[in-house]
Amino acid sequence: MGETTLNGFGAKPARPSGLRGLAADWASDQRAFKSASWGKAMMWIFLLSDTFVFSCFLLAYMTVRMSTTLAWPDPSSVFALHIGGADIPLILIAIMTFVLISSSGTMAIAVNFAYRRSRGLTVLFLLLTAVLGATFVGMQAFEWTKLISEGVRPWGNPWGAPQFGAAFFMITGFHGTHVTFGVIFLLIVAAKVWRGEYDRGTKGFFTSRPGDYEHVEIMGLYWHFVDLVWVFIFAFFYLW
Amino acid sequence: MVDATPRSHRDVPPAEVPEVELYHPRSWWTTYVFSQDAKVIAIQYAGTAIAIGLVALVLSWLMRLQLGFPGTFDFITPEAYYQFITMHGMIMVIYLLTAIFLGGFGNYLIPLMVGARDMVFPYVNMLSYWVYLLAVVVLAASFFAPGGPTGAGWTLYPPQAILSGTPGGNDWGIILMLVSLILFIIGFTMGGLNYVITVIQGRTRGMTLMRMPLTVWGIFTATVMALFAFPALFVACVMMLFDRLLGTSFFMPALVEMGELLRYGGGSPILFQHLFWFFGHPEVYIVALPAFGIVSDLISTHARKNIFGYRMMVWAIVIIGALSFVVWAHHMYVSGMHPWFGFFFATTTLIIAVPTAIKVYNWVLTLWRGDIHLTLPMLFALAFIVTFVNGGLTGLFLGNVVVDVPLSDTMFVVAHFHMVMGVAPILVIFGAIYHWYPKITGRMLDERMGQFHFWVTFIGAYAIFFPMHYVGLVGVPRRYPEIGAEAFMTAPVGGLNAFISVAAFVVGFAQMVFLFNLLWSLRHGREAGSNPWRATTLEWQTPTTPPPHGNWGEERPLVYRWAYDYSVPGAPQDFIAQNDPWPDRPARRP
Ligand code: HEM
Ligand SMILES: [Cu+2]
Repeated sequence: MGETTLNGFGAKPARPSGLRGLAADWASDQRAFKSASWGKAMMWIFLLSDTFVFSCFLLAYMTVRMSTTLAWPDPSSVFALHIGGADIPLILIAIMTFVLISSSGTMAIAVNFAYRRSRGLTVLFLLLTAVLGATFVGMQAFEWTKLISEGVRPWGNPWGAPQFGAAFFMITGFHGTHVTFGVIFLLIVAAKVWRGEYDRGTKGFFTSRPGDYEHVEIMGLYWHFVDLVWVFIFAFFYLW
Repeated sequence: MVDATPRSHRDVPPAEVPEVELYHPRSWWTTYVFSQDAKVIAIQYAGTAIAIGLVALVLSWLMRLQLGFPGTFDFITPEAYYQFITMHGMIMVIYLLTAIFLGGFGNYLIPLMVGARDMVFPYVNMLSYWVYLLAVVVLAASFFAPGGPTGAGWTLYPPQAILSGTPGGNDWGIILMLVSLILFIIGFTMGGLNYVITVIQGRTRGMTLMRMPLTVWGIFTATVMALFAFPALFVACVMMLFDRLLGTSFFMPALVEMGELLRYGGGSPILFQHLFWFFGHPEVYIVALPAFGIVSDLISTHARKNIFGYRMMVWAIVIIGALSFVVWAHHMYVSGMHPWFGFFFATTTLIIAVPTAIKVYNWVLTLWRGDIHLTLPMLFALAFIVTFVNGGLTGLFLGNVVVDVPLSDTMFVVAHFHMVMGVAPILVIFGAIYHWYPKITGRMLDERMGQFHFWVTFIGAYAIFFPMHYVGLVGVPRRYPEIGAEAFMTAPVGGLNAFISVAAFVVGFAQMVFLFNLLWSLRHGREAGSNPWRATTLEWQTPTTPPPHGNWGEERPLVYRWAYDYSVPGAPQDFIAQNDPWPDRPARRP
């Protein structure tokens, strides 16, 4: 029992399972989540809080979509690309979504290699994830540029309700900011793995906490969350 | 009875989490200024909160000058009056109460009371304070900005909040307010995550959730609530900032101002109200739950009796926390919402009264036949109970739609919420400071100044807010700098208003005595020793007082019992500390 480590990677003592186990954990001392480290638990609670932020944004968007007096522009024509002489609805968003979902896959693989302590492959897949994330942001920038050139502004657009542009820029912008921060942190984590800081437990410059491969997993939690949020934005903004 | 039977030390489970090395400060700067020690951060938080709270106090004097003696002070224009109420309300609720309970008491007490060495992520905790300070600076800056601070009322309702008719509406005021709130939320989130995880994952050996002092339960639940309630305010602030700066129309319908059609249109002002009150109502409990918790501990300690119904108290806190997310629209009865909606929210509102009443009964039953010491913390705790019951009863009135509709936006509402979320939590803050000051500084606060402070504050608060109920009942509206001819009132209110104002100055003066006491006792207070109140909780059992960085010296304490073993028959003393294995002999550490 004593060898359970801070990061939760170590051996875990046998505990009752199911509801009984849950009750036992919450009735116990020291920790309620027996297999979660501090960092992981903190990321989970942060993501819960962030879920509320995104939910409020989406609910607000739905409310203004109902309250506005002008017609809502038709997403499938607004978000169409003119390729090879035909307007293909939602094609860019489809690709963006595909890219982001794929990045969740590469992130999961990176976490797996981190568990196995294989440094090179972890770095490779972290970088791949970062590249996919950056691609997503790049395509979003392209989409913004296209819409802006067509006259969409936060305060109005050529096709109808001004709230369309407002909600669009606000929500995709907020999500894109999340992705951008994710990419930055992916690069930092990749650099730390590459330099072997998680093997040696090098202390963080600011936090003075020893590095640990678990950081890769915590990074992954954030990344999957950002992905999941995108699915909702996609469904509510582009498909409705 | 919970865990009252002492366990033998053999029952204390082995350590699951190895000790984490704390950050070692290398200079004066990192020890006292950019400190990562939760106790220093706590004092920074509390000091900043009190400083900005003084601004809000002065603003309340200015408002009372105007209300008590209308027409006498030229410099208080109607615009200035709106700015005063707005800044007063917002500072009191967010920058003083929320910050001092969670950032101040949370930081100081959580690690000590659960037997941790510090918060789980001290660096993030430190950032939390500095972002909070930035938020306060931005807020204070709006006093000096062109156009002055916003006068939109602390609820910041659009569309008026960003129109030119409102002070600061098309100047800097509203922008700085929104930016400051956004910063506050970011800073709070960093600290709040720390408080939550320290309680869930950072307790010492033997400290189960159901052995935690109620103070920790109150602060913990309030923090969880804040992490889920502040997002709504965050979103509302971001959207209003866009409405103001980019000309979006999230909250803005089509409007004619000064005969000119504005470029807004199609937005929903009611949406803002929903977002604001989805935050705003939980906010009431975010400041009330820590107060509930602290008061439970003060009463138990100073009546030398275990808290009555500990388990019920914990569940009441949790249930109040959960329910308070489904009552928000009781602030919107007059917004024109559907009557069925009002019916639903009135019902949930009245249901909350049940767990709340349970808590009040349990406090009274704790006092029942206790060995009551009328120390300063006890006096403040008793005053809190009375005041809270008072405010709670008028809350039951206002929770009913038919009663609220005529009373809404009168001084009755102002009197109600000052009782329940102004005076009551402030009394607890005072009680808590008198209680924990000896641990923080090693010296007692001066008793005579304290008695003066207590009696003037307590009686004075009633002199202010009791008549205010009456003033509201006869129809004086809230947020009016003056009501002009009183002919339409059933009774003259001018004399009462003057009386209230004088009482407000007297109460304000008593707070200066309190602040002086805080400074004076630092040097001249009586030496306190490590456990002057003979209390059971862990913070009183630290090897040195004030506790050093890391709190516990070599070994973290082992916990054998709940926090309320007072006057246990047969025990050598009238309290048994949580880390006392009585009747076993102390464990030899494995
Ligand atoms: C010395 C003690 C205090 C005095 C004399 C005082 C006085 C006042 C007055 C005169 C108003 C304006 C009423 C109106 O015209 O509508 C007001 C509003 C308000 N006060 Fe206080 N107050 C005090 C303490 C507090 C505290 C501790 C809180 C903390 C919750 C608080 C929260 C508020 C709020 C939220 C408003 C509403 C502002 C608005 O209408 O936008 N006050 N207070
Ligand atoms: Cu409420």
